[in-house]
Amino acid sequence: MNTLNSKIPDGSIENKWTRYKSTVRLVNPSNKRRIEVLVIGSGLAGASAAASLAELGYNVKCFCFQDSPRRAHSIAAQGGINAAKNYSNDGDSVYRLFYDTVKGGDFRSREANVYRLAEVSANIIDQCVAQGVPFAREYGGLLDNRSFGGVQVSRTFYARGQTGQQLLLGAYSALSRQIAKGQVKMYNRHEMQELVIVDGKASGIITRNLVTGELERFSGHSVVLATGGYGNVFYLSTNAMGSNTTAIWKAYRKGAFFANPCYTQIHPTCIPVSGDYQSKLTLMSESLRNDGRVWVPKAQHDKRKPREIPDQERDYYLERKYPAYGNLVPRDVASRAAKQVCDEGRGVGPSGLAVYLDFRDAIQRLGRHVISERYGNLFEMYEKITGEDPYQTPMRIYPAVHYTMGGLWVDYNLMTTIPGLYALGECNFSDHGANRLGASALMQGLADGYFIIPYTIGAYLADDIRVQVTPTDHPAFQEAENSVRGRIDKLMNVKGSQPVEELHKKLGKILWEYCGMARNEQGLNKALAEIKLLKEEFWKEVKIPGGTNEFNPELDKAGRVADFIELGELMVLDALHRKESCGCHFREESQTAEGEAKRDDNTFSYVAAWEFKGDGSEPALNKEALEFEVVHLAQRSYK
Amino acid sequence: MSETINLKLKVWRQKNTSAKGRFEIYDMPGVSTHMSFLEMMDVLNDKLIRGGQEPVAFDHDCREGICGMCSMFINGRAHGPLRGTTACQLHMRHFQDGETITIEPWRANAFPVIRDLVVDRSAFDKIIQAGGFVSVNTGNAPDANSIPVEKHKAEESFDAAACIGCGACVASCKNSSAMLFLSAKVSQLALLPQGDPERKVRVLKMVQAHDEAGFGSCTNIGACEAKCPKNISIAHIARLNKEYLRASLARD
Repeated sequence: MNTLNSKIPDGSIENKWTRYKSTVRLVNPSNKRRIEVLVIGSGLAGASAAASLAELGYNVKCFCFQDSPRRAHSIAAQGGINAAKNYSNDGDSVYRLFYDTVKGGDFRSREANVYRLAEVSANIIDQCVAQGVPFAREYGGLLDNRSFGGVQVSRTFYARGQTGQQLLLGAYSALSRQIAKGQVKMYNRHEMQELVIVDGKASGIITRNLVTGELERFSGHSVVLATGGYGNVFYLSTNAMGSNTTAIWKAYRKGAFFANPCYTQIHPTCIPVSGDYQSKLTLMSESLRNDGRVWVPKAQHDKRKPREIPDQERDYYLERKYPAYGNLVPRDVASRAAKQVCDEGRGVGPSGLAVYLDFRDAIQRLGRHVISERYGNLFEMYEKITGEDPYQTPMRIYPAVHYTMGGLWVDYNLMTTIPGLYALGECNFSDHGANRLGASALMQGLADGYFIIPYTIGAYLADDIRVQVTPTDHPAFQEAENSVRGRIDKLMNVKGSQPVEELHKKLGKILWEYCGMARNEQGLNKALAEIKLLKEEFWKEVKIPGGTNEFNPELDKAGRVADFIELGELMVLDALHRKESCGCHFREESQTAEGEAKRDDNTFSYVAAWEFKGDGSEPALNKEALEFEVVHLAQRSYK
Repeated sequence: MSETINLKLKVWRQKNTSAKGRFEIYDMPGVSTHMSFLEMMDVLNDKLIRGGQEPVAFDHDCREGICGMCSMFINGRAHGPLRGTTACQLHMRHFQDGETITIEPWRANAFPVIRDLVVDRSAFDKIIQAGGFVSVNTGNAPDANSIPVEKHKAEESFDAAACIGCGACVASCKNSSAMLFLSAKVSQLALLPQGDPERKVRVLKMVQAHDEAGFGSCTNIGACEAKCPKNISIAHIARLNKEYLRASLARD
């Protein structure tokens, strides 16, 4: 049933990437000068790719919708980045990182890609240190590590609770250096609106200048998408307000397959929702589970203050249910467990939709100063938002949408099903299966950008050394620009009565209710019907103030939400078709006696890659069979 | 404390860079004290849109104090009344019932207004492009533990590197100087062995880019430090001055 060619190189898993690198076709330096690459997005994957490709001599244009490439949402990652350095001498290895990632992803990722990721992980740390990233260090001057969920070693490198910021600023500095050299031309406040395809190949993009509203055409030999995840489809998520699906959605509509759209990660430790006005949710790093203990009262509806509840009346439910991993079980497991205790009526806080994350014991054991050194900025952030001091009273946390494992289908080269179109970082599907482990997103973004695309893109571009880029007056550009303009005019002309945010909130509620932490057939069918109605409502009711040819954030949002609605439909379809539970995708019909996710390997051991078949038609399902040559498939156990 | 407060907002409105701006006053009754400042702005914008008016444009993205996008001058202070807090993390519990809140964009020649509260901060990118990096290509790096770094230096370097590039320092400075921003990057790299080989040329080029971008000179007032949402210390400006002097003397 393998209809998709993942182009995994031959050889044993340890040798695939080494062999690939030494046999892949190259583009010689003088020819690189003639090649134009468009990189969309300037987060970890985009900035590292743009900088590294420019260092090799390619001419790069890089685009971001923010006012500076330094603001991409990678900046908000807190806890850390994994690498198989084994600096902690605790038995880590490339194989173990690979195995933990495949297992953490509940055996729904592609082995060869994950192994390569683990292999290059060590180089990432070297690269970042050389750039001047100030990682945490021991007194002897060497790098410090900590633990994250789903593993039994300490392999996570960190820079206080701001690891993403420091890594992104490292990549941004490398990008800035290439901008200064003229090797990268940077376009801030530009959003990709359409992909241009000529002779079946990705050949350019149409962007909207978000300051002037002007549509612009850019031509390239190759287009690299590094546009992040689509968690904002749920409206409330830990993503930045601007994070969106538009670039990959346009690519999907032009023929790139969308893989596993329903795999969305609900992160267990976020600050709970406080009211209807809520615009986003704030993550409290998973690293807190190193020292914080998660509990709820044993009794239902216990309204006492947390400090008034004695130990014997508390249920440290993660430690009770999963003694081997305790508070450090993977995210999907921790999130579902929190939902369970809240569903039982044991949730805390005004809404009853929260559990405690308590540092009392850690503060007694290690002292306040140690806790402050490890998590000081996170504690401050919590206090700013809630007005409560977590040194005195336990944090209240609840799961929230955080990351999307699904994304554009890519082969081993990170190329989508459209020749010349690549997808890097969170916007592809490749490495995390049905659940991502903590501190692996930063690793993947930088692996893709620094160490993988610089090799794999050459294999494609080697054929293009004599080819000029498509002139931007080519009919394909004209047509693409016309379609973008047509859609913008259509949006502006609806002149309905509902602001974009209201419609977006409605979409989010449907998806959170029926396609969130737990899913079932009846609910998903209901969601499908409701999203169809919402789509009609959107195109009748959306109200966008202002004009087209000016700075108009409401128009920007409207375009994104229109795409989110279509994506939401695809997510639900995917969730509906996958009748098994795996990782973050929990189908209530498929669970073990203990309520854990129950996979069905005989039927569903594949990547579901959806193919756009036109508006109003069902997308077609393509399958990439997942073959496990190294890892033995097993029911995950963290007990 | 009451759960809701009534406010008046006095907001700077400006159609585009060349248009003349003015203040508009808006009534905001029943603001929940649990809201963030930007969520209050969302509520205002929702009302404006429904009423057929144009919403207030403001920059924002992560809403958790790290991307550096939000940039509001609130009651005469960058990011509002709290120390070490960005506007997106400021909550309404810090305001009084009946208060009038004045909201303006960053004001500096180097940061032209794009619309309402949105300004163009690309001058910051230019400063970094002038030298705020270590010239190391991908793939050349030695093992990360081959060069030990004293813990206290790594920590101090981190303190500088925590800058989010929001521009509050410039907006708070009567000279519109970007010295705090600039010194944070110079200091971060000067404290690490990795930054050492380019130490001299870096500081000279970055200072030059700073001056060319139209930022003013530093006269050691300290308003930048007081309003920095990441509490970046002006001690970094002292280090910058030392670095600059050292580089200037050693140049010939």
